[in-house]
This record gives sequence, C-alpha cells and structure tokens, in this order.
Amino acid sequence: MSATASPGSVTAFRGDPNHLGHGRDGRGESRATGRGTGGPSPKRIVVAYGFWIFILSDIVMFASFFASYAVLQGGVSDGPTGPQIFDLTNTALETGLLLLSSFACGMASLALGARRMLYFQVAMAVTFCLGAGFVALEVMEFADLIARGIGPSRSAFLSSFFTLVGCHGLHVTVGLLWLLTMMAQVLTKGFRSDIVRRTLCFALFWHALDIVWVGVFSIVYLMGSIT
Amino acid sequence: MLGKLTLEAIPLHQPIPLIAGAVVVAIVLGVIAWIVLAGHLPYLWREWITSVDHKRVGVMYCLLALVMLIRGFSDAILMRSQHAFAYRAAGYLPPEHYDQIFSAHGVIMIFFGAMPFMIGLMNFAVPLQLGVRDVAFPTLNSVSFWLTASGALLVNASLVVGEFARTGWWPAPPLSEMTYSPGVGVDYYLWAIQISGVGTLMTGINFVTTILKMRAPGMSYLRMPMFCWTALAASLLIVAAFPILTATLAMLSLDRYLGFHFFTDSHGGNSMMFMNLFWAWGHPEVYILALPAYGVFSEVISTFSGKPLFAYRSMVLATMSICLLSFTVWLHHFFTMGPGGDVNGVFAITSMIIAVPTGVKIFDWLFTMYGGRVRLTSAMLWSLGFMVTFVVGGATGVLLAIPPADFVLHNSMFLVAHFHNVMVSAVLFAAFAGYTYWFPKAFGFRLDEWWGKAAFWFGITGFVIVFGAFYWLGLLGMTRRMQHYDVADWRPWILVSAFGIVVMIAGVACTIIQLVVSIRRREELRDVTGDPWDGRSLEWATASPPPVFNFAALPEVHGEEAYWAIKSRAREQLRLREEPDYAPIEMPLNSATGFICAFFATLIGFAMIWYIWWLAAAGLVGAFLTFVVFAWRDTVEYEIPASEVAKVNRANRTTRLEALQGIGQRRAA
Amino acid sequence: MQIRSVPPLRLLLVAAAPALLGGCQQHNLLDAKGPVGAAEANILIIATIIMLAIIVPTMIATVIFALWYRESNPKALYRPDWAFSGRIELVVWSVPFLTITFLGGIAWIGAHRLDPAVPLESDRKPLQVQVVSLDWKWLFLYPDQGVASVNELVVPAATPVTFKLTSSSVWNSFFVPKLGSMIYTMRGMVTTLNLMADQAGELHGLSTHFSGDGFADMHFPVRAVSDSDFAAWVNGAKGSGAALDKAAYAELTKQSIADPPRSFGSVEPGLFDGIVAQTVPPGPGPAAGGVENVRPKGGA
Repeated sequence: MSATASPGSVTAFRGDPNHLGHGRDGRGESRATGRGTGGPSPKRIVVAYGFWIFILSDIVMFASFFASYAVLQGGVSDGPTGPQIFDLTNTALETGLLLLSSFACGMASLALGARRMLYFQVAMAVTFCLGAGFVALEVMEFADLIARGIGPSRSAFLSSFFTLVGCHGLHVTVGLLWLLTMMAQVLTKGFRSDIVRRTLCFALFWHALDIVWVGVFSIVYLMGSIT
Repeated sequence: MLGKLTLEAIPLHQPIPLIAGAVVVAIVLGVIAWIVLAGHLPYLWREWITSVDHKRVGVMYCLLALVMLIRGFSDAILMRSQHAFAYRAAGYLPPEHYDQIFSAHGVIMIFFGAMPFMIGLMNFAVPLQLGVRDVAFPTLNSVSFWLTASGALLVNASLVVGEFARTGWWPAPPLSEMTYSPGVGVDYYLWAIQISGVGTLMTGINFVTTILKMRAPGMSYLRMPMFCWTALAASLLIVAAFPILTATLAMLSLDRYLGFHFFTDSHGGNSMMFMNLFWAWGHPEVYILALPAYGVFSEVISTFSGKPLFAYRSMVLATMSICLLSFTVWLHHFFTMGPGGDVNGVFAITSMIIAVPTGVKIFDWLFTMYGGRVRLTSAMLWSLGFMVTFVVGGATGVLLAIPPADFVLHNSMFLVAHFHNVMVSAVLFAAFAGYTYWFPKAFGFRLDEWWGKAAFWFGITGFVIVFGAFYWLGLLGMTRRMQHYDVADWRPWILVSAFGIVVMIAGVACTIIQLVVSIRRREELRDVTGDPWDGRSLEWATASPPPVFNFAALPEVHGEEAYWAIKSRAREQLRLREEPDYAPIEMPLNSATGFICAFFATLIGFAMIWYIWWLAAAGLVGAFLTFVVFAWRDTVEYEIPASEVAKVNRANRTTRLEALQGIGQRRAA
Repeated sequence: MQIRSVPPLRLLLVAAAPALLGGCQQHNLLDAKGPVGAAEANILIIATIIMLAIIVPTMIATVIFALWYRESNPKALYRPDWAFSGRIELVVWSVPFLTITFLGGIAWIGAHRLDPAVPLESDRKPLQVQVVSLDWKWLFLYPDQGVASVNELVVPAATPVTFKLTSSSVWNSFFVPKLGSMIYTMRGMVTTLNLMADQAGELHGLSTHFSGDGFADMHFPVRAVSDSDFAAWVNGAKGSGAALDKAAYAELTKQSIADPPRSFGSVEPGLFDGIVAQTVPPGPGPAAGGVENVRPKGGA
C-alpha cells in the first residue's frame, strides 16, 4: 500500500533505482518482470497478481460448495425438488442485473483510467444500484421460499442450494460495501495510485462474481430445471 | 444478553482444568503485568505488535509456535500418564476431559504449533533468501499472524470458559453434529480454525505473490534456494486447499447453528461428504507442513556439508510433483469404509506414488553429504536424525497405503505412530533445525551448542521410545483414543511409552535452558559478520540481525547459490564487492491493523461460540471500520535516508573485511 | 477369495512374537485366527521386509556418510563442487519407482482379493449377522436364527460369516483383530464384511473409530464355537425370552457404557432394515436436559 502523496497534490517522481518493490509506479517497471531479470515487479503488478491469487482461492471455495450441491442435489428427502421451486423469470432478471452491473463496472474502470471523477462516480453508482437490485431479488426469492416452508433445514438439497446461492449473494453484498467505500475514497482523496489499484481490484472481484454467477445460473437453475 | 454463557461455563467443580486454567491465566496476567509495570509496553507495541517487518512477524510466529508446542506437549504428557494409570481402572481423567485433551492436542500441534513454526520460518527467511526487502503485502502479513494468534487464543480460552471439542482433531459428523455434541466444544474448534484459517490463506496468497513476483535482479526460478521452492509449493497448496476447509467448516457450522442438513445423515444429508471434503484439504495440509520442512533440511544439510545441494533440479522437480500429487490421495483416509476393490486399489497406488519423489529427496540429501565436509552442529544433528527416523515413517506410510494392511492397522496406535513419525521427524525436527540455523540471523548471536545437542539426543531418544512402543501396540491391536483399557498385553508397552515421554520432557527442558543460557552468554556467542555458518544463500549476505531494509542495495544474482559466488570471489581476491551507490529506501510504516483486526475476530469468534449475536455484529462492524481506517491513511511509507543506509552497511562491511583479512593472514602463514 | 498357504516366514514371526512377550496375546494382528487376518498379516510382513531392504541401507548410509565425511576426518576427500551425477540420479529415481511398482501391484491385487465385501470361499453356507453400533454397545442380529445379542458375538467356527453393518447414531468401526479386516458402521448406510474363524476359541472385538465418551468400553468378546455349541447358544437365547421389538430397541439406543452381554429370544422382523432406512428413530445422543452447554458431570 504505497504512495505518500497527500490528496490532490502532485509529487515529483523519484524513480526506483534499487528495485525496492515498494516504490511508485513508473520508470523502470518495464525491466522488472518479476521473472528474475529486473528485480521485484512494481507495486501495480504485485497487487493485481496477489488479488488474482485471492480470486482463485475464492473460486476453490465456491467449487467446494458446487461439489456439495452436486452431491446433495438428490437428497430432497420429503421436500420439493429443484424444478418445483426454481423461478426462471426471476433468475433471468437477476442475471440481467448482474451482467449489466458488470458492464457499468467496466465503464467505471474506463473512467478511472481517464481520471474522470463524475463519470466514475456515476458508473459506480449505477453498478451499485444494479448490484443492490440483484441482492434484493435474491433476498425476495429466499424470503418467499422460507415463508412457504421451503427453508434450508427442510432437506439436504435445500441446504446446499441456499448455501451455494447465498454464498454468492453474500459476496455481492460485501462487494457492494466495498464499492461504496471505494466511491468515498476516490471522492475524498482523488485518483491516488494506491486507491486506483484498490479500485481495480474491486473491479476484478466484481467480474469474478459474474463468472461464479454464470456457474450458479447454469448448474443450479438451468440444469436443475431441465432434470 | 450473554447467550449461552453463564457462570457454569467455568469449571469450578473440576479440579484439573480449573487448576490448569488458573495457572495459565495467572502466568498470562503476570507476564502482561510485568510488561506494563516495567515499561516495556511502548517498546513492544512499537517494535513488535504493530510491526509489519517480515522478520519480526516471522519471529512472532515462531514464538507463538513454541508456546503452543509446549501447550500441546503438556496434553501429550496428560495422555501418556492417563494411560499409565488407566489399566483396568478409570485413571485420573474422566472421558469427557480426556476426549478434549486428545482433540486439543491434535488441533494445537497441527494448527498452532507446526503451521505457525513453518510459516514463521518462511516469513523470516524467504524474503532474505530472495534478496528483497519484505513480502509483497507487509500489512496483510501482520494481519495473518494476528489472526493465527486469535485462533490460538480461542482454543486456549476453551480451557477456562466452557469446553473444547470432544470429537478428535477432525470433527467428523455425525458425532460433531448438534445431536451428539451439544456443547460449545465443536464451536470453539470451528471458529478458532476458521479465524486462523483466514490468516493462513492470506499468508499463502502473500507468499505465492512474493516468490513469483518479488525477487532480486537475476534471481530466476532455477536460482532460488530450495527453501524458497518448498515455500512456494506449500503456499500454492495453502491457496488451493484452505478454501476447501473454510467451505467444509462453514457447512458444519450451518448444520450446527441453523439446522442445515449437509452432514446429518437424515433429510438427505451425507456424512461421507464431510470425510471427502475434509481430507481433500487434510492430505495437502500434510505437505503444507512437510514441504517447508524439507526445504529447511535442504538448506541445513547443504550448508553444513560445505557443498551445493545435490541434484538441485531433481529436488525442484520432486518438490513440485509432491505439490501436485498431494491432491490425489485423500481417499486412503477411508479405505475401511468399504469403497470397493477398484477405488481402494487406485488410491493405494496414487498414495504410494508420492513416496517416489520423497525417496528421491532422501537420497539427494544423502549425496549432498557425500564428498562434503560435514560439521556436526546441532542443526545438522536434527537433520541427520530426521533422515534416519523419517524413512521409517515413510515406509510405514507406504504400508498403510496398502489396503489389506490398512484394514487391520487403520485407526490403530500403529497409525498414530506413523503420523507422529512423519510429523515429528519432518516438521518438528525441521522446526528445531531451522530455529537453530536462523536464530543468529534473527538475533545476532548463536544458540548454545551443548544444550542444543543435549536437546537433540533427549528429544530423539524419547521420540523413538514413545513411537516405537506405539508401533508395536498397533500390531497388538490397540486402537487410538481409548480413555482406559484392560488388555494385559498392552500394559508393558504403554509404560515404555510413558518412560519415553519422560525422556522427551528432558529434551524440552534442554531446549528452554538452551534459550536462557544463550541469552545470558550472548556476547560470547555473538555473530559479528552476519555469516556464522559459512552459508550459501543471500540471507547470510547481510548483517545479523539484518537492518529493517534487509539489503542496502538489492544483490545482483549470477547463478545458483547467490551468496556463495559472492563470497568465493571475495575470498579469492581478499576484498569485498565495491560499495553500492546508497539511495534512500522507502519502507512500509507500522500498522496496528493486524492487531485490532484480530481483536475483533476474537470477539466475533467468542460471541458466535456463545450465541451472543449483538457482540458478533459489533465485532463485524469493528473489523470493517478497522480496514476502512487503514485504507484511509495518507502516509503509508517512511523513508530511510541514504546516509543511514550507508552507515548501517559500512558497519557490516567493516566486520566482514576484518574476517576476510583474517583469512588472508592465515593463507599467508 | 483365495487364501494363500502360510509361508514359513510368517510362521517364524508368529512363533517369535509370543516368545518375545510371553503369554497369549488376545489382539495380536500377526497371530491371526482366520483366513482373512492371516492373508493380511502376510501382506503386512512381506511389504515390511521389502521396505526394510531399502530403508535399513539408507539409514546406515546416512550415519556412515555423516561420520566419514565429518570435518575432522582428514582422510575423507572433499569435493566442494560435486553436485550432480546423472547415473546416481537414475538410480535415485528408479529405486523408489521400482519398489512402488512392486508394492503397488501387491496393493492392487490385495485390494481386490481381500475386499471385505467379497464372500469367502468355503463349501459351507455363510452365517448372516447384522451388526448395529449403538451408544456405546454393539447389537448383533442373527436374521436366520431370529435371535440377537448385545456386546457378545457368537459364531460357528470354520464357517464363513457375512456381516451387514450399520449404526444407530455416530460412526464406529467393527474390528476383531485376530480375524482381520475392520469396517466402518455408518448411519443410513450398510457396509459388508466377510470373516471366518479357523477354529473354536475366545476372541475379542472392539470399535476402532472414536464415537464419544463411552468409546473405550465398546469392546466385546467373540466366541467362535462348534456347530453344536452354536445351535445350543441359539436355543438358549430363544429360551431366555426377551423380545427385541422397537420399544426394546429404543431403550437400547439410549447412551450407556459397559453394558454386560445379553441376548434376545426374538427379533421384530425388518428391524435392521428399519434402522438403515431410519424409519426406526436413531440414537438420541446425550441424555435429556436439553442443550448441554457446559462441561458435563460424571462419566465412566
């Protein structure tokens, strides 16, 4: 987490003669591939790389929930099966909201790259609204099921369904919280390099959740409705 | 208001846990009081608690591990003495207490003894060996450590408030479900492991990034010291395996807290799934521990044989194949659940295949010594002790991988002997070897050799006696986790193992005395040059203890064994490298984020264990705010002026030059 | 399943083991009393010997290398740069590889031949026994005889026995060390195990998977008896009167420790299937008193 610049000010760049790895972005970074030729990679690459590794680990966790869903799918006990409870219209709506929010998030990244504050804030706000809409639909779906007595403790199938989908929803909720924090940070501190890096990590996270949702959507809802 | 927590949670009617708990609480309070009254608190806060320096974090990991090893070892003493008394009798530990002890022993030894020790050594040595200034994410590193400490605190809190799990170190359902374990024990387990598991995952991410993206100029992959390779393999395993544990324990928590049916065996639940998921993490976990241990031995054996590691590339290949293969063997943990001949056969063979790269490593260490000039220091003794005893553990592992043999040995004392043989020989011996090897680098003085060797001989003798007896008990049909027994044939061997534990106690005592003696004689044991063992990798190229920035200028690497090449040239020419151009260095500022975050994590864990929902919510808010405050900082680094860097580096150059002149004089004479 | 003849080596070890310790050892795995256990002990010993052939020289070489090449030995040749040899690497990789190939073959064949679900070869019809692990006792049902026993297993000698095993509550593992092959008992699932006792005698069984506070007392005598004694035991059990119906079973599922052996004269039909299908309620866990959120009192 680097950069000592105070908000809004522009400091002279001093370079990173010793390849410290803790310096700022900029000159010398093309040599620093991290493959042993030019010393440590610059912070920008290190942060993004580390965040990718985190996303991979998160996907392993989702994979475990997917696996348990696959195992327990038939464990309906006396409860309903998937096709009896899935509402594909609702799912399609959720998918649309989430994909659009990813588009808006991409717009925010572009605005971030161009250092355009207004566009950035608007794009992030749109991302938030779409993401919040997704969460709201999911909460309504869950609340409806539970109200009809089809809660997660009814059967193993429902346990794994609520957990897998709920875990994704929880990720989106945390993402929304992070999104608001980044909006506030960019607003108060400007496009400082560490904040830009963090915002890009957020964008990675948001898109990764999309990918996971594609898995949830296909494996849980689509395949669940066919069988 | 306080959920399930009442005064009854404190074991007032049970003398043993009460006294043990009171003693521990008294010691902890005493230490805290001494720190505060003697005025050490500001120093501790500034230099250690809030430090994000990888060397300090590494030392704190090892310290935590040492304390937890002693805690886990006292559990072992309780178990051995219980067995000594419990022949056709109840012994002195009732089952509900004994069951907690063997569960706590396993959990503490694996999660809070072995893991922090290996991660501590990785923290301390890897950035130095890579020739860089710190890990990729220094503050995250501090968060990782404090989350691990938080988990350890929760496990130990269960001694005083409530109870620990009575299910064994892996809480297999249905026993761990609410119906059969309604107490808070399993919840203590779940939250302690979840919290420390998050810390471990962050460490894994941090080290993968550090090793792949932050190395000194010229340090290509095949020039990295072996320890860095094994640290990379272990970190990759952490990233790939720990999320499975997190998910599995989350499912068990949902079963227990909200009545879900993942593992219940009713309503469609499937307890076998827990076994599959748990061991999909559990077997890679073995290698998360063992691989860094192999790395330590590689460094130690090569250094003290005065030779490069034999067949370095072969070792790299072996390490990375173990890393991959470790995910293909989990089913051998339940050969005896009747999966059928084909499944058992396939997993028997995959399990055995891991023995091939492991065997290669043993032979390569052997040939590292061949043609060497072996110095039998205590670090080297631990490594030799490892090589001699570990092959037995490996062989019994292969034996257990043969399904028909496992059908009679599964869950027996033979199995207990096997995994202790592997874990103690590899991980614990490596911990002590690494501790002795890197101690002078961390503190600037060596550990006393006499007491170190005494610790080794007592340790290994006791270990052989205890687990030799266990192997035999297994063949005599004794199963693990028995609170008492009435089979006369087991009795003599139980007493032999009890005697063995006494020998081990002597070894532990020697280790403690060694530390005290070394601190008192530190001036005699001082390492002035920064290279006390005639080392070969870059950590020996800097002063002992290294300055906060590690290297005045990042070293240029021109081959395997970076420092050996530099040193050989210096010895040939009898002069040091030219002084670098000193430039100011930016280092990350201290941060209390890790400590505060772990405080809230402990609060959340404790609140969830006792169903104090408002406190858990407050903890969550607190943790989130901590991160926001951290993210809001404007100044995150400070600058060390070039003059300061030059001063520190010149001091070290002076002592090294003196040593070099000594060599020159000897050569002339 | 084919059972190989006993090699002299095993006889030697079996003879040596009691001599080493003296007396009869009721759980010694190497002194098996049935074909399954004998075959398993056989594999155990062969595999051990193969591996000893590798690890013992390694251990000796470690000590010799370390001592010969010690710093203070002027006779040892110091070769500071010798760090690779293709020939040695070839040996280093092939020795473990060949060993594992060989042992892997043993493992593959053994996993199939000694698969617990495979019936034993015999000209006699196997006896059927259904096993239910309870908190903390064993229930043995004899469906063909219509009797049942708790904490005592009686089987005819030299007759194969097919066990079907399940659990009423938590997992356990059924193991008679001298007969060989343990197997897990798991709620809602049935495992199959085939064993045989060579001759009449007193054996011992136990649970090898931790199942809670009463685990240490989950052991039971196993009596391998002659056919006539077995028939007499069945008749005795029938005469003893007690009936095992759902109510009696419900009573059994309550947690208790170290129950003395007893038998039931009749068994409600379909009880075992009901336990497996969980139409019969499972073990209730810790006794009433609701959530036990503090340390329990008492114990064994």
